Amino acid sequence: MSTFKHIQSAHCENGVTVSLLRHQGFDFIDEPLAFGIGSGLFYIHLPFMALNNGPAISFRTMPGYIFNRTCKAIGVVVDRKKFRSKTEAQLFLDQIVERGIPVGCQVGVYHLPYFPPAYRFHFNGHNLIVYGRSGDDYLISDPVMEETTTLSREDLEKVRFSQGILAPKGHIYYPKSTLKVDDELIRKVIIKGIKRNARDMLYVPATFAGVRGINHTASKIRKWRSKLGDRKAGLYLGQIVRMQEEIGTGGGGFRFIYAAFLEQAAERLGNDKLLRSSEQFTKAGDLWRDSALQMAGIYKGRITGQKGFNECADLMNEIAAKEKSAFKELRSMRLK
Amino acid sequence: MKKEEVPQDEGALENFTRELYYIKNNSGKYETGLSSGWEVKGAALDQAWEEIERRVKDTIQKVESGVLSPIAYFMELKLMDPVVLAGYSGFSKRKVRRHLKGKYFNKISEAELKRYADTFEITIDELKNFSKG
Repeated sequence: MSTFKHIQSAHCENGVTVSLLRHQGFDFIDEPLAFGIGSGLFYIHLPFMALNNGPAISFRTMPGYIFNRTCKAIGVVVDRKKFRSKTEAQLFLDQIVERGIPVGCQVGVYHLPYFPPAYRFHFNGHNLIVYGRSGDDYLISDPVMEETTTLSREDLEKVRFSQGILAPKGHIYYPKSTLKVDDELIRKVIIKGIKRNARDMLYVPATFAGVRGINHTASKIRKWRSKLGDRKAGLYLGQIVRMQEEIGTGGGGFRFIYAAFLEQAAERLGNDKLLRSSEQFTKAGDLWRDSALQMAGIYKGRITGQKGFNECADLMNEIAAKEKSAFKELRSMRLK
Repeated sequence: MKKEEVPQDEGALENFTRELYYIKNNSGKYETGLSSGWEVKGAALDQAWEEIERRVKDTIQKVESGVLSPIAYFMELKLMDPVVLAGYSGFSKRKVRRHLKGKYFNKISEAELKRYADTFEITIDELKNFSKG
């Protein structure tokens, strides 16, 4: 088996997908492709759920979907396991690592010693790769970090068995089979990824998800100030920015990754219309950044009054409209 | 976003890592660049930590006045909520919620207190003698 190569990425699950598949010999894959083929772009404002006492919003698809869909698209079988017992989880990991197979692990970041302390909340949706062991230290490739690192046996067990919402329960996963893919198949799965993403964003049957979800949040923002008061409303906005900005996804970062994907798709499919779509998502990403700036103005106390909240909401309505028309065009585009 | 627009602000990432951004190069194509941080996000993070401090202080008062138990204080201090605490301690959420109330604290057994103390990585004494601390 070849030596493992660390690849930094903007988002952890994309990064794990790319590194593990490349290790299996899929040289064509990079972060934008994994994200696009896995139909990663999404928006959901989870109802009835509070995270750190604020709104729970996600800017991408469900955890695990990007890896699963991308692997499935190119015919790779995935082995994944969760455990009740910590000992069993450790044993299984040791056996796999012994065989020289890099594996993805879902972890909580609260006990992750190499993470910046200010980012260590009880958040369980992080992913990293264990690619070897040296004595009692495990060799770790965390996709959002610039360099590889290590974790002691105890620390690795702690983060694999972190508690709370989405508790990982030792969740471990890796691609099992290696197949050859040709350009024809790559084109096919790119198109499938685009169509599925358009469907998800436009027609998910819920008012709080997809492009409608963005408007849903916007209308909530308009009411926050009178409903919650300045302090709490400001906190809620801060939370939106923090969720938009999980380490590495910088200001609408997922939109920029998607734009980069469409740029590649345009080249691979020889279709200039996709370049126009790519432009639209670049613009959407810029608007998400503007909205974060506007929200920051409020929670930093520079902007006061209801007008500031309305402007945030207006920006989000504009984003929703932009993403809606971009996906409508993608949906009706004849691709081959 | 263009290369020159990639934020390079100081913040919590310093000495740990830099973030990867997808940016447009001069010929209008996407490439990646590294950012040391963005102040907009830094401010959101600072605000979140200020809120945690405020909640901890607020909880101290409520423990001192007997409304909440010291378990509530350590829960806030460790950024937990009842779901997370239930997970780590092994108690049911219902039981945890009851143990958070001041009036039940004296009824919690030593063995149960030990489990909480272990969860918070403190001693039973630290948990019991909260008011003297």
